[in-house]
Amino acid sequence: MKKMKTKALTGADAAGTAMKQIDPDVVAAYPITPQTPVMHKFAKFIADGEVHTELIKVESEHSAMSASVGAASAGARVMTATAANGLALMVEIVYIAASLRLPIVMNVVNRALSAPINIHCDHSDSMLCRDSGWIQLYSENQQEVYDNTLLAVRLAENSKVKLPVMVCQDGFITSHEVMRVDLLEDKKVKDFIGKHKPDYPLLDTDNPVTYGPLDLFDYYFEHKRQQSEALTHVFETFNNLSKEYEKISGRKLNLIEPYKLKDAELAIICLNSSAGSVKFVVDQLREWGVKAGLLKIRMFRPFPKKLVVDALKHVKAFAVLDRSESFSLQGGPLFTEIRSTMYEIENKPKSVNYIYGLGGRELKLDHIRQVFEDLGKVAESNKFKIVRFLGVRNG
Amino acid sequence: MVNLKKLSKQPERLAPGHRMCIGCGVTIGIRQILRGTEKPVVIGNATGCLEVCTTIYPYTAWKVPWIHNAFENVGATMSGVQTAYEVLKKKGKIDKDIKFLAIGGDGGTYDIGLQSMSGMLERGHDVFYVCYDNEAYMNTGIQRSSATPYGASTKTAPAGKVKQGKERFKKDLTKIVVAHNIPYVCQAAIHNYSDTIKKAQKAFKTYGPTFMNLLTPCTAGWVYPAENTVEMSKLATETCFWPLYEIENGKYTLNYDPGDKKKPITDWLKTQRRFRHLFKPGNEKILQEIQEHVDSEWEKLKKLCSE
Repeated sequence: MKKMKTKALTGADAAGTAMKQIDPDVVAAYPITPQTPVMHKFAKFIADGEVHTELIKVESEHSAMSASVGAASAGARVMTATAANGLALMVEIVYIAASLRLPIVMNVVNRALSAPINIHCDHSDSMLCRDSGWIQLYSENQQEVYDNTLLAVRLAENSKVKLPVMVCQDGFITSHEVMRVDLLEDKKVKDFIGKHKPDYPLLDTDNPVTYGPLDLFDYYFEHKRQQSEALTHVFETFNNLSKEYEKISGRKLNLIEPYKLKDAELAIICLNSSAGSVKFVVDQLREWGVKAGLLKIRMFRPFPKKLVVDALKHVKAFAVLDRSESFSLQGGPLFTEIRSTMYEIENKPKSVNYIYGLGGRELKLDHIRQVFEDLGKVAESNKFKIVRFLGVRNG
Repeated sequence: MVNLKKLSKQPERLAPGHRMCIGCGVTIGIRQILRGTEKPVVIGNATGCLEVCTTIYPYTAWKVPWIHNAFENVGATMSGVQTAYEVLKKKGKIDKDIKFLAIGGDGGTYDIGLQSMSGMLERGHDVFYVCYDNEAYMNTGIQRSSATPYGASTKTAPAGKVKQGKERFKKDLTKIVVAHNIPYVCQAAIHNYSDTIKKAQKAFKTYGPTFMNLLTPCTAGWVYPAENTVEMSKLATETCFWPLYEIENGKYTLNYDPGDKKKPITDWLKTQRRFRHLFKPGNEKILQEIQEHVDSEWEKLKKLCSE
């Protein structure tokens, strides 16, 4: 039988604990709220001699990602963590990490971007990086932060993939709140993670390689094409790893998680912690006879289009909750993605978008009930407002 | 003195056939520096002339492991590479003694990469950082940097009817590096290969962060005949515009003192078209200011070196 330890952990501690069990060679990080407790937790493990990691206390997030790129190219297993403006500052190198095909794993504690400066949760930071070539995993709760982080290492280092992975969790809501988390034994994690086998380490001085050459119109395009080809291997690799992970943990990690969606008429789609609140409301509405359902997206990049279409095609209407604004006036990034995904099917469900929760504005259960109520009307109507704002004054 | 005969037998680590300009001072300098160690070396290179012209895919001129990440981050990148080395060595995955060299131009070091380098120095990484200073953003077509000398005409601070080129003196980067209290800091120039190689040897041998500010004349940006590169470097030291000195564990040493043969700064300025406008009537004051600045900096340095 699986031996597991259950602990009361915050999301930050869950990330820090996963990092400890992974025991990466190098971590480079810079402090930013609400990522700081992740690094506090991890630094304590180092101080207590529980890991063998070298922590580079860099002078900025730009340098955190730069040092991560250097260490990963050298042949080390590398992790880091950041949030908000920190992620924005490192974004140039976030692109470079993916383009150099370096399997770095980064915990992103989602927080609103400035201005105005705000330390609370929204997804504008990770959405800034949605086209960077990183794999993005979103976590509903502390348990998923832990599970996603462990799986991310294998996914990133898979020989067909070789891409960095961002594991996202909601700032404060997940990162600072305590929940019970089932932890695997250290040895089980070690066996699951395995040894890191870098392809062309810089430190192999007998076989010198050139990283990051100038690449012009005659080859750049082919390299970009290869990068997008690599992403096509992500779904199958994830599913295989998920099966392997289920065997040791008893938990199944899906690319998307449909909740009471099979016979649903009305559905909400969202990322991260809001999924928990929506599940609660779905249960309640079901008791009242409303055929409500939820689609939680774990993997946003690459986008598991086929699964999403299959999960949603039968509903009458769905609402996408976006915790970031794209300012396209066509809806948030999750909405435009899903709307485009549904374009090819006939008899499309009706769809609306709610921008919500910016800068940590609370998503109340009443808000979610309101969305389902609105959806009921949308399902029966042919004319309705597509992009809406939820929980804002003068919405 | 270094033994030229012996050095010439060392394998070339930067292959010929790269696309640096004829008469470029950078490759002359980098080949000297690479003779500073016979141990395996891993190089990090900031965006700039050297990076662009030596690695046009699918070719590379580098016979040693080499990484380019971005413009402003060679300090942080090499911090990562060197830390990975320390960890993997500790874990028994590597047993070689490897040297680490970070290279950036003046744009990538004096300006956009200053913070990244400062972080690397402060954290004490065992990396030798070489700034090849050609006194402007040459790779992007000769724009002013904080290393550009007072009065020099560049594309973004050109000499015109009312402006006479750059209006600020060159930033003293070497002194900024000295303030990090690292074990070894030096200034070098490419004409004096013996001095440069000796300094590179010291830097590679020293454990911890080390730094060289290397003057590398640029035929395209300074505008002089390509065959005069070495002479340009020599004149910069003979006029005391670019003193050769080193600081070992805080102790200053002057490596070259022209004494009474110190040449007037105009001897150097008049050989380069970027300073041509300074010799027009009405600009005598600027020439005088430059001379005074060189003199006062030289006196200050001599004092530091005699302490």
